[in-house]
Amino acid sequence: MNPPIPLAEAPSLFSVDGLVGLVFLIMVAITIIGAIIACNSERLVRSVAGLIVCFVGVAGVYYFLNSPFVAMMQILIYVGAVAVTISFAIMLAAPEEKMKLGSSSPLVGPFGLGTAALITGGFSVLALRTEWPVMTKINDGSVKNIGLQLLTNFSMVFELVSIVLLIAIIGALVIARVRRES
Amino acid sequence: MSILALYNNLNSFLVLGALLFGIGIYGIVTRRTLIGMLIAAELLLVGASINFMAFNRFTAPDPVVGQVFTLFIMAIAAAEAAIGLSIVISVYRHYKSIDAEDTVQLKG
Repeated sequence: MNPPIPLAEAPSLFSVDGLVGLVFLIMVAITIIGAIIACNSERLVRSVAGLIVCFVGVAGVYYFLNSPFVAMMQILIYVGAVAVTISFAIMLAAPEEKMKLGSSSPLVGPFGLGTAALITGGFSVLALRTEWPVMTKINDGSVKNIGLQLLTNFSMVFELVSIVLLIAIIGALVIARVRRES
Repeated sequence: MSILALYNNLNSFLVLGALLFGIGIYGIVTRRTLIGMLIAAELLLVGASINFMAFNRFTAPDPVVGQVFTLFIMAIAAAEAAIGLSIVISVYRHYKSIDAEDTVQLKG
């Protein structure tokens, strides 16, 4: 695991470190552009497409954080399951010709932007001003270690999440079912 | 200061997480439809996950814990999406609309 490079040392663009940095910047750009599309487009279908783009970028960012397993799971679960579920819901519940919404207050946009800028700025300043203590690693965080810990230390949580997912699926079926008696 | 060394720095990931969280807040505030709000909520969860993974990579002693936690966040997000979307479908069947302004029957 590489120690963090101090920002003052600039790697050249055509060295390995420089190319890796370039790929990271591309991934960050994909993430941010996808998120902006997901929140700003008029049609919901385009917004789901932006969400997928954003999730693929986030999977790339996870790769840079030394966890290819989580990157794989990000694409499998978010792009493969959540985004497809949302697009099914749009097909079932949002016909595009009925999407004429009433006009909202003109203050919503600026206030939303202000709130988002305040939160982002606050978190960023907090993150940049704090000296985070760095501890020595006790293992390498490989897929083998994840599997071992998931079935030993975290086995209770693993089972609980399975039960939560089962209850969520049953609950979704019960809520969305057509009631025949009415 | 070089932007090409940003990939190996904790702060860049934290700022990226904060940015995704802010975009998600903006989406929740400005969106009119329930499905749009759900999409923005997914962005919030992803921003939180990036923070967890960044601390996991750079500071935490055991790099397994953050990855396991992120996996659990993904599972909870999938459950949340399933429940939320079934509620949206049920609301649409009842009100013939997914505009959040139309579902005001419980408003006092």
